[in-house]
Amino acid sequence: MSADDIKLIGIAIVLAPLVGAALAGLFGAYLGRKGSHWVTILGVAIAFGLSAVLFKAIVFDGAETFNGPVYTWLATEGIRFEVGFLIDRLTVMMMVVVTFVSLMVHIYTIGYMHDDPGYTRFFSYISLFTFSMLMLVMANNFMQLFFGWEAVGLVSYLLIGFWYKRPTAIYANLKAFLVNRVGDFGFLLGIAAVLMVFGSLDYATVFERAPAVVGQYFTILEGHEWEVLTVICLLLFVGAMGKSAQVPLHVWLPDSMEGPTPISALIHAATMVTAGIFMVARMSPLFELSETALSTVLVIGATTAFFMGLLGLVQNDIKRVIAYSTLSQLGYMTVALGVSAYAAGIFHLMTHAFFKALLFLGAGSVIVALHHEQDMRKMGGLYRYMPVTWITFLIGNLALIGTPGFAGFYSKDSIIEAVAESHIWGAGYAYLAVVAGVFVTALYSFRLYFLVFHGKERMDEHTRAHLHETPPVITVPLILLAIPSVVIGALYVGDMVFGNWFGSAIVVAEAHDVLGELAREFHGPLAMATHALSTLPFWLAVAGVATAWFLYLKRPDIPDRLARRLAWLYRLLTEKYYFDRFNEVVFAGGARAIGDFLWRLGDRLLIDGLVVNGSAKLVGFSAAVLRHLQTGYLYHYAFAMILGLLALLGYFVLWTPQG
Amino acid sequence: MFADWPLLSLVIWVPIFGGLLVLATGGDEKAPAARILALAVAILTFALSLPLWTGFQLGTAEMQFVERSAEPWIPAFNIYYHLGVDGIAMPLILLTTFSTVLVVIAGWEVIQTRVGQYMAAFLIMEGLMNGVFAAVDAALFYVFWEAMLIPMFIIIGIWGGPNRVYATLKFFLYTFFGSVFMLVALLYLYNVSGSFAIPDFHQMKLGMNAQILIFLAFLIAFAVKVPMWPVHTWLPDAHVEAPTGGSVILAAIMLKLGAYGFLRFSLPITPDASGALDWLMISLSLIAVVYIGFVALVQADMKKLIAYSSIAHMGFVTLGFFLAWRILDNSGDLRGAAMGIQGGLVQMISHGFISGALFLCVGVLYDRMHSRQIRDYGGVVNTMPVFAAFMVLFAMANSGLPGTSGFVGEFLVILSAFKADFWFAFLAATTLILGAAYSLWMVKRVIFGEVVNERVAKLQDITGREFLFLMLLAIAVIGLGVWPAPLLEVMDASVAHLLQQMMTSKL
Repeated sequence: MSADDIKLIGIAIVLAPLVGAALAGLFGAYLGRKGSHWVTILGVAIAFGLSAVLFKAIVFDGAETFNGPVYTWLATEGIRFEVGFLIDRLTVMMMVVVTFVSLMVHIYTIGYMHDDPGYTRFFSYISLFTFSMLMLVMANNFMQLFFGWEAVGLVSYLLIGFWYKRPTAIYANLKAFLVNRVGDFGFLLGIAAVLMVFGSLDYATVFERAPAVVGQYFTILEGHEWEVLTVICLLLFVGAMGKSAQVPLHVWLPDSMEGPTPISALIHAATMVTAGIFMVARMSPLFELSETALSTVLVIGATTAFFMGLLGLVQNDIKRVIAYSTLSQLGYMTVALGVSAYAAGIFHLMTHAFFKALLFLGAGSVIVALHHEQDMRKMGGLYRYMPVTWITFLIGNLALIGTPGFAGFYSKDSIIEAVAESHIWGAGYAYLAVVAGVFVTALYSFRLYFLVFHGKERMDEHTRAHLHETPPVITVPLILLAIPSVVIGALYVGDMVFGNWFGSAIVVAEAHDVLGELAREFHGPLAMATHALSTLPFWLAVAGVATAWFLYLKRPDIPDRLARRLAWLYRLLTEKYYFDRFNEVVFAGGARAIGDFLWRLGDRLLIDGLVVNGSAKLVGFSAAVLRHLQTGYLYHYAFAMILGLLALLGYFVLWTPQG
Repeated sequence: MFADWPLLSLVIWVPIFGGLLVLATGGDEKAPAARILALAVAILTFALSLPLWTGFQLGTAEMQFVERSAEPWIPAFNIYYHLGVDGIAMPLILLTTFSTVLVVIAGWEVIQTRVGQYMAAFLIMEGLMNGVFAAVDAALFYVFWEAMLIPMFIIIGIWGGPNRVYATLKFFLYTFFGSVFMLVALLYLYNVSGSFAIPDFHQMKLGMNAQILIFLAFLIAFAVKVPMWPVHTWLPDAHVEAPTGGSVILAAIMLKLGAYGFLRFSLPITPDASGALDWLMISLSLIAVVYIGFVALVQADMKKLIAYSSIAHMGFVTLGFFLAWRILDNSGDLRGAAMGIQGGLVQMISHGFISGALFLCVGVLYDRMHSRQIRDYGGVVNTMPVFAAFMVLFAMANSGLPGTSGFVGEFLVILSAFKADFWFAFLAATTLILGAAYSLWMVKRVIFGEVVNERVAKLQDITGREFLFLMLLAIAVIGLGVWPAPLLEVMDASVAHLLQQMMTSKL
């Protein structure tokens, strides 16, 4: 396939969902519900089909990597800021994942949002999201990356606040946008640093010049020198922390569950939140040159992986449990990036996209069946009523906890092995965190599973009487997502993780090449799975499932007693380590207090009160005083004249130089 | 076909004489005629300004469409009727003629008293503002600059809110106070050079003391207009009291005049002083971005909030203009300096669209509810969904979302600031957070949520007329955001020339 063809197909892939979004958004009222969902589904289906075509061309037919501009956004000082595509193996993989999950979610939405008055608006938004996400992954320069980055943030904002009447939803979407903006603040500074250091925002140029700036330093504070590449990578990573919800910028993601479930699956699990992971992998030629940055990435990822998983244990809202699970899994991906196992991170991103979308859509199926009930304490025993949802959900859970043979196993086990192999600073801590995380993952996943699908039926009579499996528009996407959740790991682990599948898209320094080390011990997916049966993570997962079974099916009285016994710990977890409280008081409250202070003291009291109105008063006052001089009495004036004359005479007599 | 038309004179005098004609329609019994005539004049002027764009020669910094009277206008002082535009002034004239059309449409039904006078005031002001941007003779510039105050004074004073007298006086005295210093500086320059032609000012040598004094005199005049911290407090009051159209013109055009003054006078006439005092300009600009960002956050009145947001956004303009010397110091070359100036210029145009749009949005709400207080609203989206979509779009543009015009200028200025100093960029980039915080928090409280009271429940969505002007602005905001290249192309040569002037010592 020629470069021109790839470019044209790329343009079509991006525009198809945009046109769909525009039609449904602007003319939804004329198109009606059916028209709106057909036009958007068609747009995304075209994008998916053409992405598959590009995938085939690049991966199987060996087409050249495409890197070229579409149009010049602006040009200044000889620097051209362009909108353009970089289409290599990493890109086509992301494109297929994004458009496939998006297509599934579009179809699913027909069922899930069936009775919602905002039906056409919803379709418009998720198509717009698909467009934005594609712009992000297909970018060949930082400017467009930032465009996509913020555009997905915008759609996320619109969708979290989709039910705009709910106070919690419009609080959550503002919070999500602002926390993301904190990340973008760093990200934008990182981009500015890239432009300053490399004189270009094009990936190819920047990556090519990167090795030449190793050893260059910035002075940011007097007397403190920072390595240029470390500063750039850390600033860019702040952006990734926002978008991919890493501690301490994770606070928005659990609240984002206020949005409708299909977007929790699409945006807040499968695609948008993985943008940060994708970005760091894309920037591997830069991150590889700074061990400080890699270690930072590693430690933050490990912290997120373990501590956010713990929070999933105490949540009662079915979606929030999965949200904390997403946070934890994003932490695993970040850990992979930190130990330079980018391929493993991206591979986990892909498998996670399938099984986490599956879990969210499965949760959505349960929620629909229970008339929009999300509290797990009012569920239970659903396996009798919803066989398809039950089985597919179980598959998703098994994939999530890393059951040998399932997709999640191959990706997560590769990450754990890679961490064990790594010698970078922080790897020891990260290893502990990700291994302990396996137990936690299994525990919260099966706590959820047992509470929802087994045990006592705790819903009210009316709901139970109407319980039945959801319609095919909901169950078919579940089945279609369950298939890759099982098979995709075994199919691709050899190539993607251990086979240099990504080629030149991902660069790993010789000294950090842990996956290269592991590849020597890799003897096919089957061997990997059987070998795992004798390793610690597997038995920790088993222990987690067993604990969940014991605590939530066998002896459901114990959790409550534990919560009472360890009240301080329980409280710490339900309060989410007090991050929200802290942000609320210090940042939100602080900003308002500062604003209020500056306004009252600075603007009103000092500038207006003292200077502006003060001078006005001074003029008024002087006028009032001076007015007394103009009395109109001739003798007053004559007296003044005499005084003046005397003063002048005195001046001349006394101060005139002699001679 | 327009090549030999005196286009600049036309865009100045057509609206002024058109305005007088509208005034002549008489009392309010003739209001419909006044409106139609005003719209026709505004559209005609806009049409006349378009050839300035299409006929513009790229790649040169020379003044174009030049008109210069053969005889001096005032021979005693060697003052000529001398007009011309370069790549800096031309887009601003287009912004003026475009905004005036919107303002006439926006005032269509809202203004019911003294319609002819209202429309006339805006048209006359349009001509005068075009005069400021087109004047090549400093005395002519000054005449337009001062004359422009009168219609605005009248607009706020007659069609303004309850506290309009205080606001107009504050507005008038503040700006007049500033202008006096400019007049003194201009007279000094005339005395030295014997000419009022701005290009002559650009050429002349000046000692450092003289430069500093002249720079400060200009600074006072322009800083008040921009407005820069700490001489900004007239703006929120003026906006709150002004009628919607007045706010739109104030924000979209008048603030730009101050920034334009820096480019036309301060930087090229006193380059050494500008370089020596750049720390002052950069500090004031960054204070505007950060300090005013926080102040905007706590405003309870929508118009005040947008007014403060204007000040913060104008901080980017002045920041971008004065970065060149620091960039030279920091990196040893000038790459990035033009980007800062262009960023500032794009920000001027973009802010014209966005703040204009936001003031129109508030106007739409005010016409229905007669309140600008945020607490009186909530859940407007339930009754006005189309309006809500526009408001969210413009609020997003105001917080600098890529893909809207609001992003372009801020992006370029931040990129440029980073080259000057990490901390400049750091402080400037806080707008990403603060701008989003005050814009979207307002949207949350006004637009989203349940309907809070009876009056919101009775709101009617926007009319076709309101849809028209909001849509035009939305197209402008998105168009400039998606493809800013043409605008930068126009400015390119003039900015390069300006930068060269800034770097040439006049000592």
